[in-house]
Amino acid sequence: MTAAALLDFARGPALWISLAVLVAGSLWRIAGILRLGGTPELSEPRSTRLLAGAMRGIFGRMVPRAGFRERGALGVWNGYLYHVGLAVIVFGYLPHILFVERLTGLAWPALPGPVVYVTAGLTFVSLFIALMERLTDPVRRLLSGGDDYFSWLVVVLPLATGMIVTQQSYAPGAAPPLDPLPLAVHLLSVELLFLWLPFGKLAHAFLVFASRGVTGAALARKGAPL
Amino acid sequence: MNLPAAEGARKVLDAVKAPDARRAAREFVAQAGRDAAFQLEACVHCGQCADACHFHRATGDARHTPVYKLRPMLKAYQREAAPFASLRKLLGLAPPGLTAQELHQWSELVYDSCNLCGRCTLVCPMGIDIAGLVRRAREGMAAGGFAPADLYKAAQRALDTGSPIGVRWPALKRQIELQEQETGLRVPIDAGGAEYMVVLTSIEIMGFPEAIGALARIFRQAGASWTIPSAGFEATNVGVQMGSREVAAALLARIVEAAERLKVKCVISPECGHAYSALRWEGPDLLGRRYGFDVVQIAELLDRFVREGRLRLRGKDTRRLTFHDPCQLVRRGGITEAPRRLLHGVSANLAEMPGSGAASFCCGGGGGVSAIHRAEPLRFAAFQSKKQQIDATGAEALVTACGNCRNVLEEAIEHYGMTLPVLGLTELVAQYLEPEAPGG
Repeated sequence: MTAAALLDFARGPALWISLAVLVAGSLWRIAGILRLGGTPELSEPRSTRLLAGAMRGIFGRMVPRAGFRERGALGVWNGYLYHVGLAVIVFGYLPHILFVERLTGLAWPALPGPVVYVTAGLTFVSLFIALMERLTDPVRRLLSGGDDYFSWLVVVLPLATGMIVTQQSYAPGAAPPLDPLPLAVHLLSVELLFLWLPFGKLAHAFLVFASRGVTGAALARKGAPL
Repeated sequence: MNLPAAEGARKVLDAVKAPDARRAAREFVAQAGRDAAFQLEACVHCGQCADACHFHRATGDARHTPVYKLRPMLKAYQREAAPFASLRKLLGLAPPGLTAQELHQWSELVYDSCNLCGRCTLVCPMGIDIAGLVRRAREGMAAGGFAPADLYKAAQRALDTGSPIGVRWPALKRQIELQEQETGLRVPIDAGGAEYMVVLTSIEIMGFPEAIGALARIFRQAGASWTIPSAGFEATNVGVQMGSREVAAALLARIVEAAERLKVKCVISPECGHAYSALRWEGPDLLGRRYGFDVVQIAELLDRFVREGRLRLRGKDTRRLTFHDPCQLVRRGGITEAPRRLLHGVSANLAEMPGSGAASFCCGGGGGVSAIHRAEPLRFAAFQSKKQQIDATGAEALVTACGNCRNVLEEAIEHYGMTLPVLGLTELVAQYLEPEAPGG
């Protein structure tokens, strides 16, 4: 297979198949949990504002709770760094916006290229710090398994391959890259992420809302601190 | 009314005679309903819960990381009930079945090194109610026969005698009589139609009986009718601590029977954190029906009486006091402000601990840990975090609203050579009641 054919494959069937697995797998995972069902809570609630509690649970936990910030600061702040960094790269980089526009017709203003490049560098370093922490901290090492390390890899690969793609000079949308191979590899690495996301730890991207919401509502029901 | 009998609960306790990992696994899976499953699936292994846990802080042992304590439950869930479980099994990627040896090892993690205090729940960035899940995991451990022997024995005693330490009605009656002599007030027993029914813990009855006299004085001044039942007076619920819903329901049923027999409007949960959780929050679910009465924690009631002007306080304690928040009342129960309002009413020099309220550390004995003999060195070690919070206040006396906390704190204070008296909130409030007018 030539590099051009590989790019066609990455832009065509591989993309659609991985997106289909992403959506179907995520829905399957959510449905698989929902089918387990719940039991009604019969105690008299202190508060019935459960939706507000769920929302406070979801958004309030974006910030570390006061009184608990005494230890583990590097892991906490590094977590912010690579999450924000990935968001900036995915949603702020012009070629990504054009890619989404080609698929969905949706577009938004891009961030300046240098901002994204610096962010990508910082995110790359941040992800390696996260890996080092996972490998060296006794608690994280004990908790971690193959899923955690593979999930880390499928996040790093698109970043690394994307940084290689940016080394080429070509105007997005204007002309194809001189060498289609790096772009094809980049797209395939993103598709690997799509394929893996519903099944492993990366599913926290959507499970976090359910988990925080459920706990937020339960604590609000008791009038307990969220 | 259909309430669970003790016979079914006794059968559950037979599990200890023949521990069975498969039985434990079945119960782990049964406990992993929708809400629990969302949380079990959401963990990203960040380890932040370790920093929040006083057991991990004390030992530095990574196994004491709160979410790690859930590993057997997680494995059973992933193997049998999680989405893609069948596919994982087909591909040989499912976790192996649980073994008895593994669960015996985990008994120390699920029981001895967890107070169900909920600090981990509050710190988790994924919003996982880790303490709630450990409570659920205990159901599996207890059903399989892997809970500590001390808790099975306490549960057996509770089912047989009504109390985990064997306190029966004659012992309570004697303590009541002594308090009647002390206060000159009558304590109503089995008074039908009373507004409030007070239940007590064995620790209060035997260790802090002055609480009964304090209640007599409080209800007299508030002008409220009250009673103590001669049957169903024990609030301690070892079933909730060990993780047996059958035992918990059988013990709760005795209180509910008493409340409904006496047709009281409200049951007062005493100074005991887990008793409040059991009676107020878990009880209706365990019994499968709503109560025909309200449940109010004693600090809430006192606060209400004071705000309504039914209790009049006079004078204040001038010592430097600090308040220890019982975890089940604050983090797990939503009672944070009422004890503080009361304390400001009776203390001229109240110093809050760093992290008071939501971030307060457990005394180390909650969640049944104080009843596990083998866990004693570990709970004394875990107390160091609490000790730091207490020391930072420079307090001359410590106040709390839980008899178990009080007992555990007194032991730990002695262990560390501290000289701090530990006071009960109810007794402190009663001490500063405005004296009744002669003949009043």
